Amino acid sequence: MAKITKVLFDPIFKENPIALQILGICSALAVTSKMDTVYYMTLALIFVTSLSNLSVSLIRNHIPANIRIIVQMTIIASLVILVDQVLKAYVPDISKRLSVFVGLIITNCIVMGRAEAFAMKNGPWMSFLDGLGNALGYGLILFMVGFIRELFGTGKLFGINILTPVTEGGWYPANGLFLLPPSAFFLIGFIIWALRTWKTDQVEEEN
Amino acid sequence: MANDSITKTLTVAVLLCIVCSVLVSTAAVKLKPLQVKNKALFTKKNILQAAGLMEEGNKDADVDQLFQKIQVKIVDLASGEFDDNINAEKYNQKAAAKDPARSIQISGDQDLAKIKHRAMKAPVYLVQEDGELQTIILPIHGKGLWGTMYAFLALEGDANTVKGYTFYDHGETPGLGGEVENRLWKQQWIGKKIFDKDWNLVVQVLKGKVNLKKPEAIHQADGLSGATLTTVGVNNLMQYWLSENGFGKFLVRIRNQGGGNG
Repeated sequence: MAKITKVLFDPIFKENPIALQILGICSALAVTSKMDTVYYMTLALIFVTSLSNLSVSLIRNHIPANIRIIVQMTIIASLVILVDQVLKAYVPDISKRLSVFVGLIITNCIVMGRAEAFAMKNGPWMSFLDGLGNALGYGLILFMVGFIRELFGTGKLFGINILTPVTEGGWYPANGLFLLPPSAFFLIGFIIWALRTWKTDQVEEEN
Repeated sequence: MANDSITKTLTVAVLLCIVCSVLVSTAAVKLKPLQVKNKALFTKKNILQAAGLMEEGNKDADVDQLFQKIQVKIVDLASGEFDDNINAEKYNQKAAAKDPARSIQISGDQDLAKIKHRAMKAPVYLVQEDGELQTIILPIHGKGLWGTMYAFLALEGDANTVKGYTFYDHGETPGLGGEVENRLWKQQWIGKKIFDKDWNLVVQVLKGKVNLKKPEAIHQADGLSGATLTTVGVNNLMQYWLSENGFGKFLVRIRNQGGGNG
């Protein structure tokens, strides 16, 4: 039981894929300008990471070492296409806004990294949980960044006015910088700073 | 059998490919009808919004019923005449623009909208009431900052006054150029005139705000702040599609005949 908790919850704060492992930064910059895209991106990543970890782990004893990366990629790519098709069919608006970033989950370092680093060596159930935990850790950072960016960039959350922007007759002059990808860089930097102040063991040793 | 033997490697690779391809193709085939339906619904919804027949809060369920008011026709852009030989419901302008036999290449100096190719024929959507033409909805598109922006521009029966304008597909930066979707920005278009009294194309999207005191304000719209290139793109694509090279001839014909029954 202790192991389950560790595998599932460690990636959320202790070994967060974005904040500590610095994986998956690219999509964290791209999809965080709105909360609803963050929400669906997180769901998509949870689905892909946990299932790819599960499938890779199931066949790990049969994967020839020299084509293992290709095997992992094939599994991940198939799952991603599946997610993309489902989103297109059921939430077309969101799928439009996520555009290429769903497809780019294939190259999201978290998915690939966990398949190679964890699922190749551990049982299916643990691998599934590891995938789930890492996707949740990724999602958590995305939600934090998305919250700040959408709130200050447009005055809205999930498209609902919180601080009514001037363009819609309110008082809040929206800060466009928050909507551009570089702002996510700064925000992720601040989050990492905060996290390492709280959990000092994450601080890397200076040479 | 060792994992790294050639036979095992090939077996694993082949099996994996079969399993994955079956999975992916099943999903694609099963979900296709839903996706096609969504796309059609999305287009119809945007046409209705441009025409002012549908509020943003309207339910999807009403779309088909509302859309019955709208008539789709194909226009030959070179002559401005209707072409009734083509099934307008099935016509795909994007596909036609890529087909050399059904499109024209736009020379560099004329290519304001930066679209390079244009289908010879374009669909138009008409709303008629008691035999009188109420609304003409034109599909227009052109390059923005990041990619092609697609819009529906609705004009009143006089082929001059703007009734509605919606950008339904674009890749502009959310919050900056993406504000082409902003309700207030779209609303400012209502009532603007595309042509002056001598029927010269004078509509203009300004960089900055329109000075409402000036007489030409009726032809001008505010640009989007922080999105110069999107603003330029919107202006350019209107200059192209409303000119002689775009829907100009069709609009002239509507004006002269005062009706859409061709």
